Amino acid sequence: MVEQLTLGRRLFVGTNYVVLALLSILCLVPLIHVLAVSFSSSAAATAGLVKLWPVEFTISSYQFVLAKPAFLTSIGVTLQRVAIGLTINMVLTILVAYPLSKEVNKFPMRTVYVWIFVVTILFQGGLIPLYMTVKYTGIMDTIWALVLPNAVPVFNVVLLLNFFRGLPKELEEAAFMDGAGHWRTLWQIIVPLSAPALATLTLFATVGHWNSWFDGLIFMDSPSHYPLQSYLQTVVINRDLSLISSSDMKSLAEVNDRTAKAAQIFLGALPILLVYPFLQRFFMKGIVLGSVKE
Amino acid sequence: MLQKLKSPNWPLHLMLLPGLILVLIYSYGPMIGIVIAFQKFMPARGGLFDSPWAGLDNFRYVLDMPDSMRILKNTIIIAVFKIVIGFIVPVVVSLLLNEVRKEVFKRGVQTLIYLPHFLSWIILGGILIDVLSPSSGILNQFLGMFGIESIYFLGDNSWFRPVLVITDVWKEFGFNTIVYLAALTSINPALYEAAIVDGAGRWKQTMHITLPGMMPIIVLTMTLAIGNVLNAGFDQVFNLYSPQVYESGDIIDTFVYRIGLVDAQYGVATAVGLFKSIVSFTFISVSYYLAYRLANYRIF
Repeated sequence: MVEQLTLGRRLFVGTNYVVLALLSILCLVPLIHVLAVSFSSSAAATAGLVKLWPVEFTISSYQFVLAKPAFLTSIGVTLQRVAIGLTINMVLTILVAYPLSKEVNKFPMRTVYVWIFVVTILFQGGLIPLYMTVKYTGIMDTIWALVLPNAVPVFNVVLLLNFFRGLPKELEEAAFMDGAGHWRTLWQIIVPLSAPALATLTLFATVGHWNSWFDGLIFMDSPSHYPLQSYLQTVVINRDLSLISSSDMKSLAEVNDRTAKAAQIFLGALPILLVYPFLQRFFMKGIVLGSVKE
Repeated sequence: MLQKLKSPNWPLHLMLLPGLILVLIYSYGPMIGIVIAFQKFMPARGGLFDSPWAGLDNFRYVLDMPDSMRILKNTIIIAVFKIVIGFIVPVVVSLLLNEVRKEVFKRGVQTLIYLPHFLSWIILGGILIDVLSPSSGILNQFLGMFGIESIYFLGDNSWFRPVLVITDVWKEFGFNTIVYLAALTSINPALYEAAIVDGAGRWKQTMHITLPGMMPIIVLTMTLAIGNVLNAGFDQVFNLYSPQVYESGDIIDTFVYRIGLVDAQYGVATAVGLFKSIVSFTFISVSYYLAYRLANYRIF
């Protein structure tokens, strides 16, 4: 009886390891395959010889992609949006989260403000009205169209204000006793104490800006103003032939469309893959963050 | 003396001001723009309030379109399958991971299954288009080894929805698995010890301790998912679909994009968007209320 149980248990444990290992591989294989294609010769890629390892190893696809002015320009736009967008996101997240973390009896207007922000989660005007708003405010086809409409990430505000509420009240009261106002208390006491939470939100906001593509597609008039992901949308997904110059056409004959696409996909994912170890570590904290409720 | 524990409140209002202004413009501004849904709006004529009123004409126009019911149906089917399967898979995987004793293996699996969550649908769409291609895709090559004829996964109406659901679950299951796993590790080990003393096997422990221990977080994710009934996933569908599969894969959001920004029928597109916003608002409000009642969850 006991013997049988352990056999069943062993079978389960063995199967379990196999199933989980297969699942993990399943998440990785498509990425590895595309990476292998990007480093393979165009002949090998066309013939469908590439599986998970480059065939006839070459970096010509990367040379081709990195020599394309449009690709480099779009990286520039993305870096610009990350720099500006991230700064605005983080400053506003802190500035909004701090007052909203106050108790109602200390800050009676809190309830009104909270509702103003919550309503934006519950109800949106929709695509066309947003488009018209961006147009009327005169920021169409500028970098501001990519950063201002989502300047206040309300979910991040919620996470941060819950973190603020978990900090000991005595610190703040001591600061007030010593004559510090809200500004000094926020920047010199609360913010330094919230470094881990702020690091998490910074990473999330960075990934968010890096990955955004739709706003670039609709708010930018010319493809030369597209951020990287919007540009990739047009070349990798939508293949708009008008975006390919004649010199590109010539080298395309040598480089092959499939390997060039694979190289661009991989380059677009590279920064995320690089920060991923940090992201993952911080994410567990993020869960803890979200669960801090009173 | 006690007075000094407080500080004047005006700086708090000042801090909120910049964020408030931007939210009023870019979140509340579009809410005013909803009037377009009731107008015969022409972008060339410009003004938001100069356009002639059209009453409910835009809504009637949409209802009369042969496609509208199909689009609503597609949206709900795709969204509901994503919610249900996207719920079951992480629960099962987190239970399986919970049985693993080797920490290194456990962490390794978590790291890998969580990776696709951080990649955009542009990257994943590009990868899937390559992998699923009927001519050169590696999946069809693999199936070919078993004598299965090449399948056009992204161009066949009987395959498109399953592909959407499976690839969405593939992208997101790691995220929820980790959330559930965090809930599992907080279960009191004394409960398991007591169960073993009472002679409960692994299966019984799972059914009577682990699952009930996960219940609060399960209830929470389920109720919050209610708000997504009309969110079939614009980013994913937009990057994978093509006119061949409109029949099975065209959803409200892609439809709004096409008639609004491609065909410039602003009034009609806004009307459809308004319909979606109102239904979503109702569902999200109900889900938050339920989450509050059932799981004592509050967003603020």
